[in-house]
Amino acid sequence: MSTYQKIAMALCLAFASTGSSLADEFTEADVQRWQQQFMVVVGEGRELWTSPKLGTNGVACAQCHPNAANTHPETYPKFQKQLGKVVPLWQMINWCLKNPLEGQPLAADDPKMTALQAYVTYERRGVKLEPGKH
Amino acid sequence: MSTINNSRRNFIKTAGTLAIGTTLPISLVELAFAESSQNFTFAYISDAHIQHIKDNRFVRNWDRGLIRAVAETNLLTPKPDFVMFGGDLAQLGSKPELDHGAEILSALHGNVHYVMGEHDYYLDLGEYWGKLFGPQYYSFDHKGVHFVVLNSIKTYDDWTFKRWPTAEQRMLEMADLDNPNGSPFMVGEEQRVWLKDDLDKIDKDTPVVVFSHSPLQKIYKGWNFWTEDADQVQALLQPFNKVSVIYGHVHQIQYNQIGNISFNSVMATAWPWPYPQAYAQAEQYLPKLTVPMNRADPFFDRDATGWQFINLANGNLDLDYTLYNNTSRIVRYNTDKKRPEDVAYQDEKARIVPQTHY
Repeated sequence: MSTYQKIAMALCLAFASTGSSLADEFTEADVQRWQQQFMVVVGEGRELWTSPKLGTNGVACAQCHPNAANTHPETYPKFQKQLGKVVPLWQMINWCLKNPLEGQPLAADDPKMTALQAYVTYERRGVKLEPGKH
Repeated sequence: MSTINNSRRNFIKTAGTLAIGTTLPISLVELAFAESSQNFTFAYISDAHIQHIKDNRFVRNWDRGLIRAVAETNLLTPKPDFVMFGGDLAQLGSKPELDHGAEILSALHGNVHYVMGEHDYYLDLGEYWGKLFGPQYYSFDHKGVHFVVLNSIKTYDDWTFKRWPTAEQRMLEMADLDNPNGSPFMVGEEQRVWLKDDLDKIDKDTPVVVFSHSPLQKIYKGWNFWTEDADQVQALLQPFNKVSVIYGHVHQIQYNQIGNISFNSVMATAWPWPYPQAYAQAEQYLPKLTVPMNRADPFFDRDATGWQFINLANGNLDLDYTLYNNTSRIVRYNTDKKRPEDVAYQDEKARIVPQTHY
């Protein structure tokens, strides 16, 4: 047995003895738990979407986009003619935060930005992906 | 139509002189009759959503929409006989918002008649609005036309009086268009009894024009593009030969024909709303007749707000929409088909790409 094989064997034994699951196996309960995690973030996104707190003038995203309609997450990234280049959805969200909401943009990996995108996309569930569509 | 074309040319000449452009976020309504001396016009401004931030600060974007509408209405030639304001002057019904909105509107020359919107109502149930603008429903006659104003944004008593711990919360719950805690709009029994009584005195050949904030037809319940007792109100209007309903609330072009009743929406001065088919989860009934306006471009503050001339030729509505940053639209009553139709785009083959909403 080579050194490498010995290490591998030791690792296998270690996992077996701690009861860790195999990477490619998960249960219905896992799926439900992950979906629940996702829906929590969707809920946070809905909260932000209808909140006057994202900007400085009291305007909320939902004022112009009830149920996130006319945001079209299924079409991003796409050429945004007003910006003159191909952008992902979060850049358009930041445009709205800066302009109609008179607020500050969010970092791409800000949990609030994740929540906003989760909500917007959830409201479009069932619609086919059409990246680039205007 | 000739009178209306004249008035439009005159307006544009005036506007050109002042270099303010050729579009208005208001509606000029012209009532043209066989007896041309009876023709008259009125202007229509709606959905200003004046929004208080704090102290003396208001959302600039919405302020500008209303200020522009008022300034341009005052430039109309010929001068309109009166001005309608179609509701939602305020965003959250507060005194600062209603006062600020009233002050902007006070610059209008001539008489103004007001329609109640839900954003004006659900803080104090119209009490302060009433002090500023008068009764919530009423009728008046002008040059042979019977005008009726309804408060169509009331709802179930249980929701209004028992559901919410504070008036402020009640207002916030109704202010969010897509709020599942909201409640359907309705005219209600009290006003329907009043309306029946009011209309009983009117000859069936008299043109009747009804102003409401919400559509007196059912389009999409989730956003209150809907009036719960619309069918009952329509039944009271159907016996008249020429009936038109003009409504706000929807912030977009809509038109429809149900029996004798023509329906037309007016534009908002504040912001546009998506057509309900843009919400993938919605069960909605946008009138098949309606050719939507172009999809709004958010990079233009005033895009998808606009104005329209309305010509009530022989008691039926013709609308000439002029839209900010967009090509004009004309929706004219087709006397053969007995329904409103878009002059350029009604045919499926004539539609343009930006009118596709998805």
